[in-house]
Amino acid sequence: MEKWPNNRAWLLVLPVFVIVAFSAIIPLMTVINYSVQDIFGPGQSVFVGTEWFREMLANDRLYEALWRQFLFSGLVLLIEMPLGILIALAMPKKGWGVPVCLVTIALPLLIPWNTIGTIWMIFTRPDIGLFGAGMNNLLGIPFDHTDNWLDAWITVMLMEVWHWTPLVVLLAYAGLRAIPEAYYQAARIDGASAWATFLYIQLPKMRGVLTIAFLLRFMDSFLIYAEPFVLTGGGPGNSTTFLSIYLVKIALLQFDLGPGGAFSLIYFVIVLLFSFIFYQALQRVGKGEKV
Amino acid sequence: MARIELNEIAHSYLPKPKSESDYALKRIHNVWDDGGACALLGPSGCGKTTLLNIISGLLTPSRGRVLYDGKDVTGLPPEKRNIAQVFQFPVLYDTMTVFSNLAFPLRNRGLSEIEIRERVLEVAEILDLVPFLNKRASGLAADAKQKISLGRGLVRSDVAAILFDEPLTVIDPQMKWTLRSKLKEIHEELKLSFIYVTHDQVEALTFADQVAVMFEGEIVQIGSPQDLFENPEHRFVGYFIGSPGMNFLECTIEGNEARVDGAGIVLDEEAAAKARKARGKLELGIRPMYLEVHAGFGDGMVRARVKGVEDLGSYRIVALTLAGQTLKARLPEDKPVPEGEVWLGFPPQWTRLFADGRLVK
Repeated sequence: MEKWPNNRAWLLVLPVFVIVAFSAIIPLMTVINYSVQDIFGPGQSVFVGTEWFREMLANDRLYEALWRQFLFSGLVLLIEMPLGILIALAMPKKGWGVPVCLVTIALPLLIPWNTIGTIWMIFTRPDIGLFGAGMNNLLGIPFDHTDNWLDAWITVMLMEVWHWTPLVVLLAYAGLRAIPEAYYQAARIDGASAWATFLYIQLPKMRGVLTIAFLLRFMDSFLIYAEPFVLTGGGPGNSTTFLSIYLVKIALLQFDLGPGGAFSLIYFVIVLLFSFIFYQALQRVGKGEKV
Repeated sequence: MARIELNEIAHSYLPKPKSESDYALKRIHNVWDDGGACALLGPSGCGKTTLLNIISGLLTPSRGRVLYDGKDVTGLPPEKRNIAQVFQFPVLYDTMTVFSNLAFPLRNRGLSEIEIRERVLEVAEILDLVPFLNKRASGLAADAKQKISLGRGLVRSDVAAILFDEPLTVIDPQMKWTLRSKLKEIHEELKLSFIYVTHDQVEALTFADQVAVMFEGEIVQIGSPQDLFENPEHRFVGYFIGSPGMNFLECTIEGNEARVDGAGIVLDEEAAAKARKARGKLELGIRPMYLEVHAGFGDGMVRARVKGVEDLGSYRIVALTLAGQTLKARLPEDKPVPEGEVWLGFPPQWTRLFADGRLVK
């Protein structure tokens, strides 16, 4: 059969190209454009090279927000991954309990992020919130997330865990359901304990979905904005000012587009870099040869 | 090693079975001798795997008892019974090496590392797995993986029987032969009881000295491969074993003859006498390889028409029409194939009668 090049086929890629251009390439180019200029107003800008990058990399508040962000993402992964797996293991395997559990657990994922911030702001208010007022008045434990940094962190963590653990649960549950029954039967015949079954069958078989859960939770928690912004506004002080909240402060509240652009790119590179490292590491887990 | 006895076993997956049809296993009463190689043969859905899981303890039967060497184990979980099971597809602990996979059942039972090492090396030797011991199990070919699953059973010195649930399904055709002969070899060397479930008659007949044919939740016949071929006791055994399966013709009995739409087929006197007493729908059965096809008329022959011929290399299958029913005959390659009208001979010693599916006897 004779083949001839038909370059018109490239036209089929065009719609995707246009969509990606508008959704990713053009915004990214705009940010890069901002990051190398000092903009005074429309049509008044000066090329400044890497000045904004140097300035941002020397910015102490950026580093504070960055460490805060790492602490936050670290805690999120540390709590949500084991908790999600645990809940998935405890869920029923068949019967009417399955849809009930799945729907109940998935509910937080369906709520708009701003609404979640609002729900938790009201829920934890020390004067009228069920949780906040309960802590203060019923248990006698002083709790005020608008005043105390630890209380603010606890509140943000609670909200985050409540909001996103369901994602880990759903993924882990799907992974568990995909394990053929024969593996459990073989484990029973081999006399494996429940712990050994988990360690050598369930966990390795869940690796794929858990990798996805881990990366999604890392990226999303690293980029978190709406919920803590609504809940604490980054306070008290700067104690819950995460990277994105700080970025919005610079870029939109102070309208420093140049430093904001440079900040965004640094932020982007960090997320990309860590996602890459985690992905590589997780791919390698349990693949070496040993006796 | 153990004698496995199934005492009036019946099983239903429903919590409250009402009728006969709710039972996956209807009534199984059977004894497997120590050290035998037995196969459970039957089509998908006949209850073979259910029966196997009852023997291994993965399922508790709704009724009846399972005995090992006379000891009732019906209520014991699989880890308390001395059995091992090899599944349809290889079940491995992916993150472990081949060595750790083989050692796993022993480690779970708290043996010392020295004992474990010794046993694992011994078994690896038998299964030709020594070069792979330090390799990760997940990277091996399907047949090596299946050997590891088998090895996890063999390492346990107390193992009484190994149950196979269609273990060659995922193995490449040419490797099937190798692995099957390996299984036979191991069986002869270790003298363990093997129970082998399959829907492939070639596998069952070449592997086992005793084959139990299952049909709709019942064992319809147990016997040697030759027995099953020559003396099927149930219509299903005749149909399922042999390729192509036994021919069946609806018939009535008149004197010493089976009448098929006007034509008379002479029977063995004894068989005819029994058939006259039998109740239910009568059918005549004959294996394609025993059905004689002649171009000219001879004594006791019946007229038929050739419908088509299939050449299978070493032999031919001739499809024939007799009184509106289709028959198949298996002819050697060197014999000429007649065309059009032919005469069929039914050698009385190979002609069987079935009443309602069961051999008349």
